[in-house]
Amino acid sequence: MTVVPSTRIYEGTRIPPRVPTILDVDPHKHDLGDILRVNFGPNHPSTHGVLRLIVDLDGEAIAGIEAVIGYLHTGFEKTMEEKSWWKSVTYPARIDYLGFHANELEYVLAIEKLLGIDVPRRATWARMALAELNRIHSHLVWLGTAALELGAISMFWYAFDDRDAVLDLFELAGGTRFHTRYVQAGGLAEDLPPGFTDEVRKFCAAMPKSVDEYEAILDKQKIWLERTKGIGLLSAEDALALGQSGPVLRASGVDWDLRKNMPYLAYDEVDFDVPVYANGDVYDRYKVHMDEMRESVRIVLQCCDQLDEMDGEPWIADDRKVVLPPRHELHTSMESLIYHFKIVTEGYRVPEGEVYVVIESPRGEAGCYLVSDGGARPWRVKFRAPSFAALQATATVVQGALIADMVAVAASLDFIMGDTDR
Amino acid sequence: MSNARLRLAFEAVPGVVETREAYAETTLVVDPARLVEACTHLRDEEGFNLLSDIAATDYLGWGEPGVAGYIGTAAGRDLHEPGSQGLAQVPTPKPKRFSVSYHLLRVGDDPARVRVQVWLDEGEAVATLVPVWPAADWFEREAWDMFGVRFEGHPNLVRILMPDDWEGHPLRKDYPLGGEPVRFSGED
Repeated sequence: MTVVPSTRIYEGTRIPPRVPTILDVDPHKHDLGDILRVNFGPNHPSTHGVLRLIVDLDGEAIAGIEAVIGYLHTGFEKTMEEKSWWKSVTYPARIDYLGFHANELEYVLAIEKLLGIDVPRRATWARMALAELNRIHSHLVWLGTAALELGAISMFWYAFDDRDAVLDLFELAGGTRFHTRYVQAGGLAEDLPPGFTDEVRKFCAAMPKSVDEYEAILDKQKIWLERTKGIGLLSAEDALALGQSGPVLRASGVDWDLRKNMPYLAYDEVDFDVPVYANGDVYDRYKVHMDEMRESVRIVLQCCDQLDEMDGEPWIADDRKVVLPPRHELHTSMESLIYHFKIVTEGYRVPEGEVYVVIESPRGEAGCYLVSDGGARPWRVKFRAPSFAALQATATVVQGALIADMVAVAASLDFIMGDTDR
Repeated sequence: MSNARLRLAFEAVPGVVETREAYAETTLVVDPARLVEACTHLRDEEGFNLLSDIAATDYLGWGEPGVAGYIGTAAGRDLHEPGSQGLAQVPTPKPKRFSVSYHLLRVGDDPARVRVQVWLDEGEAVATLVPVWPAADWFEREAWDMFGVRFEGHPNLVRILMPDDWEGHPLRKDYPLGGEPVRFSGED
């Protein structure tokens, strides 16, 4: 694994010395009488949700910054402690509401790890296809909103048009556009509908052309380049020290992707590349996102081929103590009826233990720390939110930036407030 | 890295009280007084350069309701084993009320994860890891906010998710789930 030396981006560390997440005004560089403290948010269109930034401005230059979060805290983790395992699967999807499949997946993978249940391979490949489609979806929204904030308003509409195509695919598979609750402990809630892979292939044929169009609009556009190149620098060392992951880490020169380096599902059986760029600025993070969309299309096409081969195979594990029996069995089998009743009312029980399952969500390292006491409900669920870690880097990346750059930099960190606050 | 080599590496970590391996994960239970020493060793000698997560857990009431012997796996209960049916299986008791788990990741050619765990009583504090990994900043603030676990030496230990003047630590087991009282139309 190669890591580009950090000195290419900047010397030393830019993490603020007193509190890593608060940039204090440096009295040697700024006359304290010139400082104007401005509050951005929590209600502000450019902050990707309810993020509050307290910014100390010296003219237009940012002298100090502090990110304040917590405005979208809804207590997911505490609520999930009161729900049975089966019913609590609806909650994780709503944490990172753009990369919803990732959160569902990490939670369900954690449950399956504790249960020791075998997931049929059709479910694994379908989960992979959906995860990659979700990655495309999340990156499209990121692209649309990030470009919108910098003034490229039409990008918003183009990206959301493509995003609707992805959401149609999710609706075809899971019944709803968002928060499909399609993954269940043991596999998928239902089989993929017939014709799903054909629809996905149609989408995948059109997607690379869309990405080409987006790059044609933005890649060499003078205003875009001026607003993103050399802005929001983050060296590899600082990124690792701040717990960064995902596109932010890869744009800083660190070749790290959990799908390649610590594969889960069947990522070691598919062919794809991991884009790594070395300049650690907003432009490189943009390029990482664009390339990842292309790579995701590659993965999805491979998954479609596999899924076609596995047509007719089971999509959920056979363990009736955990998985609801097929409805037709309820008419003939007493045991199935009992299992169905027990699972729906009391819920299945997961053996005592603690696990930490991490996957590569569109935002980076997303993990679920699960503690079970052997009962019908989780004892403790903690979601490692990549956005929570990303926002910690605000004070480091925004140094030397102007107020207009702050918008670009904040957008490039790709955070979702639901993910941050939970 | 094979499990044996990893285990050998972890034997050199200072302050380790217990090592647990389960579900292909290693947990190093560390004496809270030597946490910074242990983590510095893991960062510098073993190359765990990324702090992935800090998760506090409250074990108040652990094992009390009594878990019956019906576990949802294929192994299940054995009909021929008398006494295994309907016998309450209580989970293994925990040493103290709170555990704080630090999940570390080695980003490099030899990827590995490890969990460092400390056990604390109510009111007991543990040293901050901000000097070791700056990423610990907000994670420790969240643990303080949600559980009331103090991190000695943290430069900015204030609430992060709850409003600044909130009282109580919401994720503790003795903190109510809360909710709005339901009002019906026609009522005063």
